[in-house]
Amino acid sequence: MGNLLLIIVLVLIVVVVVGGILIYNGLVQRRLRIDEAYAQIQVQLKRRWDLIPNLVNAVKGYMGFEQSVLTQVTEARASAVTAGAQGPAASAAAENALTASLRSLFAVVENYPQLKANENVMNLQEQLTTTENQISFSRQHYNATVLDYNTSIQTFPSVLIAGPLGFIKREFFEAEEAAQERPTVDLGTYGVGQAAAPVPTAPPAVDMSAPPAAPPMAPPAAPPSEPPAEPPTTPTA
Amino acid sequence: MSAARTETFYSQISHNKRMSLLLVVIITAVLAALGLSIGYGLTGSVTAGVIAMAGAMLLAALLSSASYFNGDSLVLTASQAREVDETSAPQLMNVVRELSIAADVPMPRVYIIDDSAPNAFATGRDPQHASLAITTGLLQKLDREQLQGVIGHEMSHVRNYDIRFTLLVGVLVGSIALLADVFLRFTFWGGVTGRRGSREGGGGGAQAIVLAIAFALAILAPIFAGLVQLAVSRQREYLADASSVDLTRNPVGLEEALAKIAEDQEPLEVANRATQHLYIVNPIKKLSGTQNLFSTHPPILDRINRLRALSGQPPLDSLEARSLAGLE
Repeated sequence: MGNLLLIIVLVLIVVVVVGGILIYNGLVQRRLRIDEAYAQIQVQLKRRWDLIPNLVNAVKGYMGFEQSVLTQVTEARASAVTAGAQGPAASAAAENALTASLRSLFAVVENYPQLKANENVMNLQEQLTTTENQISFSRQHYNATVLDYNTSIQTFPSVLIAGPLGFIKREFFEAEEAAQERPTVDLGTYGVGQAAAPVPTAPPAVDMSAPPAAPPMAPPAAPPSEPPAEPPTTPTA
Repeated sequence: MSAARTETFYSQISHNKRMSLLLVVIITAVLAALGLSIGYGLTGSVTAGVIAMAGAMLLAALLSSASYFNGDSLVLTASQAREVDETSAPQLMNVVRELSIAADVPMPRVYIIDDSAPNAFATGRDPQHASLAITTGLLQKLDREQLQGVIGHEMSHVRNYDIRFTLLVGVLVGSIALLADVFLRFTFWGGVTGRRGSREGGGGGAQAIVLAIAFALAILAPIFAGLVQLAVSRQREYLADASSVDLTRNPVGLEEALAKIAEDQEPLEVANRATQHLYIVNPIKKLSGTQNLFSTHPPILDRINRLRALSGQPPLDSLEARSLAGLE
């Protein structure tokens, strides 16, 4: 009888230890995924920095009266590059400012028919549009990895291991208020006939900058609720 | 605040997954019931029933494994799709790349079908072996945002392992059909009914009853299983819609794309009965206008209304109401 008890205790100990190892490894993997997702964002941001000078040069000759917009974009880009070395918070603020200035530029390009006919400009605009979207989706993916990790360290049984072993909550990427404002764009051309032309203001890109939720830390296993405040992008023309 | 309740795609996704699972459980139960009743009804031995059921499943699985590994290339060739890359279709590749970042999957292979009817499909047993095919008609008629919605839907089919899922369901349904067919032929042509005594004793009356049940099941089960298979297909379409919104966070793009695709009355020439279930909108059924239990896809209006629920807009009564509301 004593032997049986001993065996049971040993089995329990093995189960707890193995389970603990598996949980620990899972937490480490999730944390590493966050770092990878963050690095991906940096790759996309750098790509945008490199594209912008080409765009500015291509449109400069045509947009005589809009020099302020071009200057704004160039300066915002320079700030973003320097802020890139200063850490996530400063970098995020500078990148959002750059996004806003680019949106103003795209909106203005709409008013210049000779620019819209210029294939070079359209190529660059498509490149920038896709880069904007890739940045947004990278941030969205980053938030998803952070959500996964934060949920793990707060739910049972991982919570037992996370605390003592120093796994701390990570921050979501939040869009600033300034980035949420959109320049007024002629929405009359939205939809029909837009097929091949990229939609410069790409509304999804703005929505993507906002986190999928500033989710309330949901009770375990319950899916976080999507805040209804996510504005629908339907043009209400 | 509008009268429509704003849903979340998370709740739609979990609902769809639960329904799919329930339907698979139902089919499996039907298969088990058929196998056991045949086995017991014929021989009085439960073991025989289990063996018959397992044998049918194995055979169906073997037959399906060929399509699992080679199905992609067959379907793409049958649809006359040609592969494209950065230089031949830059904007399309950009959109696909954006969504593979959002979905955290490798880039799928992208194909174009030269047809002015707007449609798209995806195939692939897992995200590492995925292919997407888009018609030139779709690329012309949709703008970037709508294209994003469609590509998100297709990539979600792969990401949700729908190809595997429908294969699993196909194996189960195939087993039911196979087992029922063999049993009915065996008894009608072999005249075996009632000749076998029960080996385990005491089987008499119960065995006859079970045999009668077996007959009933053998006739009804294949039809029922087929209907369940179609129900599963519809559930997975709803799931792919909700998953697309999960990726793009923009229900409006997909909603408009579905409306545009539905309005187009042109038939897709390369589509046929074998491939119809793969497309985002059924290319054959949409022109006949019939929507019922035999449909592989849910009604487009229902899909649109579910998407509208996600953005807090009121549901529509008909597709025409959409154009009248000036949303085109």
